[in-house]
Amino acid sequence: MIRILARYSILFILTLLVLAVMSFSLAYLFPGDVLENLTGIVPANDAQRLALERQFRLDQSYFIQFFYYLSNLFAGDWGYSFTSGIALRDEIGIAMPATIELATYSIMIALFVGIPLGYYAGMRCYSTSDYIINTSSITTYSFPVFWLALLLILVFSLQLDKAPLSGRISLLFDVEPVSGFILLDILLSDMQNKSLAFKDALSHLTLPTVAIGAVSTASMVRITRRSVIDARNQPYIAAAVSRGLSGWQIFFRHILRNALLPILPLMAIQITTLITNTMIVETLFSWPGIGNWLIQAIYQRDYPALRVGMLAVSTLVITLTITVDMFNRLIDPSREKYEHAAI
Amino acid sequence: MMSSVIKRVAVCAGTALLVVSCAKQNKQPFYNTGVVYCSESNPVTFNPQLDTSSTTSDATSHQLYDRLLDFDPDSGRIVPSLASSWLVSENGLTYAFQLRRDVAFHTTDFFTPTRNFNANDVIFSIDRWRLESHPFHNVSSGSYPYFESLGLADNIADVTRVNGYRVEITLKRRDSSFLANLATDFAVILSEEYAAQLFEQGNPSQIDRLPVGTGPYRFDSFRKDSYIKYLHHEDYWRALEGDAADESLGDEPLGDEPLEDESLEENSDAILASDRALSTEENVANGEDLNQATNEKAPSASVKQLIFDITPRSSLRLAKLMTGECDATAFPAQTELEVIRNREDLTLAEKPGLNIGFWAFNTQRPPFDNPNVRRALAFAIDKNTLLEAVYFDSASRAKSLLPAASWAYQNDADDTAYNPVLARSLLAEAGIEPGFSMTIWAMPVERAYNPNAIKMAELIQRYLREVGVEANIVTYDWKTFRRHLQEGLHDSVLIGWSADNGDPDNFYRPLLSCGAIPSGTNRAMWCNEDYDRLINEALKTEDLDKRRAIYHQVNRLMYERLPLVPIAHAYRYQAYRNEVKGMTINPFGGVRFGGVEKVL
Repeated sequence: MIRILARYSILFILTLLVLAVMSFSLAYLFPGDVLENLTGIVPANDAQRLALERQFRLDQSYFIQFFYYLSNLFAGDWGYSFTSGIALRDEIGIAMPATIELATYSIMIALFVGIPLGYYAGMRCYSTSDYIINTSSITTYSFPVFWLALLLILVFSLQLDKAPLSGRISLLFDVEPVSGFILLDILLSDMQNKSLAFKDALSHLTLPTVAIGAVSTASMVRITRRSVIDARNQPYIAAAVSRGLSGWQIFFRHILRNALLPILPLMAIQITTLITNTMIVETLFSWPGIGNWLIQAIYQRDYPALRVGMLAVSTLVITLTITVDMFNRLIDPSREKYEHAAI
Repeated sequence: MMSSVIKRVAVCAGTALLVVSCAKQNKQPFYNTGVVYCSESNPVTFNPQLDTSSTTSDATSHQLYDRLLDFDPDSGRIVPSLASSWLVSENGLTYAFQLRRDVAFHTTDFFTPTRNFNANDVIFSIDRWRLESHPFHNVSSGSYPYFESLGLADNIADVTRVNGYRVEITLKRRDSSFLANLATDFAVILSEEYAAQLFEQGNPSQIDRLPVGTGPYRFDSFRKDSYIKYLHHEDYWRALEGDAADESLGDEPLGDEPLEDESLEENSDAILASDRALSTEENVANGEDLNQATNEKAPSASVKQLIFDITPRSSLRLAKLMTGECDATAFPAQTELEVIRNREDLTLAEKPGLNIGFWAFNTQRPPFDNPNVRRALAFAIDKNTLLEAVYFDSASRAKSLLPAASWAYQNDADDTAYNPVLARSLLAEAGIEPGFSMTIWAMPVERAYNPNAIKMAELIQRYLREVGVEANIVTYDWKTFRRHLQEGLHDSVLIGWSADNGDPDNFYRPLLSCGAIPSGTNRAMWCNEDYDRLINEALKTEDLDKRRAIYHQVNRLMYERLPLVPIAHAYRYQAYRNEVKGMTINPFGGVRFGGVEKVL
């Protein structure tokens, strides 16, 4: 157990270190001044430039520079945005939770709708209802997510006027960011129109969540269905049937658990897709998340923001992937034969 | 059995989603407590003195601040604002302003005023851009483009405080457009007390980031690329004044001075002898006229917030307007106008803007130095077709430089008409052979006064071919284009001008005076002594009728010499939802939200 944890932590730390090296080297690879790319501060005069260069150890070897960069990253001093002049840590602190919130609700939909549907289809495989579920999931899965989002906007926002098409909540509401999750923040706040704000935020959430959730759900249905069918074909099921167990007993005792095991590692792979989809859909719904923020940074050539943004997003993906994988390893003893940690 | 459970779950989930997605529709009164305006970009600063872009003045000028004077949006006349009345000396060099009392500055998280608006604030606000030695002059960028482009600072000899509520400005030369300049979006009044406080804290640049003014809304928060939040200013003077007038009509204000209007005349008699002859309309306006005169009202009590939702994409602004996420939007694109007109829940307001699109000839290059050649080319084109094809009828035909919104507009000004026969004969007289070739420079960017210069150039090219002139269309990227124009490399150019204030001088001087050739706004490179003499003369009198007569003379001269062909004055558009009441287009600058409210 401890060995597993140790292995995963080493993998985690090493990956992050590589990422940090990459983000540090971006300061040199981006066009423009290294000091400005690294700090986001444009020195007003030569004296200030010298002072900053000394402060950021730019007059010393790359190794020392990188070491200082790392210590700054840990201290939360991530530099400043070129365009807004705000500390990047604050900007990411607002944008990141918005993305995570959207992704969380979408994965919830995928889990609570996709897995039961997949089980249902798997249990009834090659029946009419299975064909319907399977066809619709394949269709949804093959939709490009941005197209689906645009379609939702066109139908539900512009034609039917049922849902707003941009932002997290009507700007009239003043929600103090505490957790960064808008629904949670509304519940935590002591505002007057709490229920109205909550409804407003939900209506803003609906379309983007559905757009991202639909694609994730579709793939979840397909994975689960396949896994259930595989489990049903196992000899121990035939044995259980021959022992005279009822359909429900077989399902709960044998199929449910055994089919879940192969799903988990596949979910780890899904996380990358999920985050990517979230970032795409964000830009369409003007959701103030990290994807939207990064696109703005690209447009405005905000190099410090790109550098830290890339680090933040990849850290998020790596963290989630490794966590799911480790969890998977811990609960599935059959994987013990794999000595090394892997992503 | 299992399937029925799953079905039930599915039905429940489906219903839940539907309920959520429909929830938004029943409009709660809460949504009427704020106005959301979809603006096109981030303001550069929160002090319009520092920037001339319309985004900055839209976001700040009429929301956060007041000026000494305002333009009446309908007539273009100058009406009182923070100055309740004013007086110009007979030699036109001394302007005395009587200031309004009981005008409160914003109380915000970062500043609590201890006193009301007075003469010190006026002096501070003007001295900041006027005096290079002023401690706040170099704060932020230290450049005040509007005032610098007019050389206003050089013309002001002194700004003095007569007493707490009277300020006197002395000019070096007569300038009858001076009052108009004080009424522009850029001449806002800042708080001297706030500035002093920041100076003491060693943080003077905060004055332009966390603004304090006297306007109908006060600053709350700003997030770049996202939103600006303003809150209702509870003690806004126009609101208080309305109440006071209702309660006690004709009551004398308490104070250590006599009633303002009489006192002003008496005192100014003492200061500048024999001023009584001046016409009352132009120089003295009293507070009672004010409420009828200005359209800028207090924010209605129901509107507590004003939000600028920063949305750079025009199509997205339109979409948000349709779904009701915005109540009003900036700059709808020409192609979207039809969509807005066809929707019942939206209103499209239009008004001729203070701009002009024109076709200027380089009068320093032969054969365009010959007025007859210029006239011939002007007669060769059909302006009405250009209006239809390029502006989609969203512009009015231009006869002189001035649009109809200006008080000096001449309705019966001479105008060239489409007459290819006359054009051909004029060209023959001037000795231009058929097959003569020239260039038309078409600006590469889209502007209200010319949304598609290249298309216009192509149309003109066709017209010119009919009279035997071959035109080549030239265009560069915008920066190079302007540099080459300034160097005078063009034969003719399609370009235009947007004015900053309602004064006619803001059109005539920068566009065609000799002095405007080096500064690069005189695209015709035209220098005419009579023209310069006339427009200078017009500035030496305050009498509007006299000035108008002079400008009519100027129009006549322009028609005869035709250094440029005026083509169109584009309309300004504003799209808003029907729930929004009290929106008016302000042709003399930024959008105004004072007095705007929402009703179901």
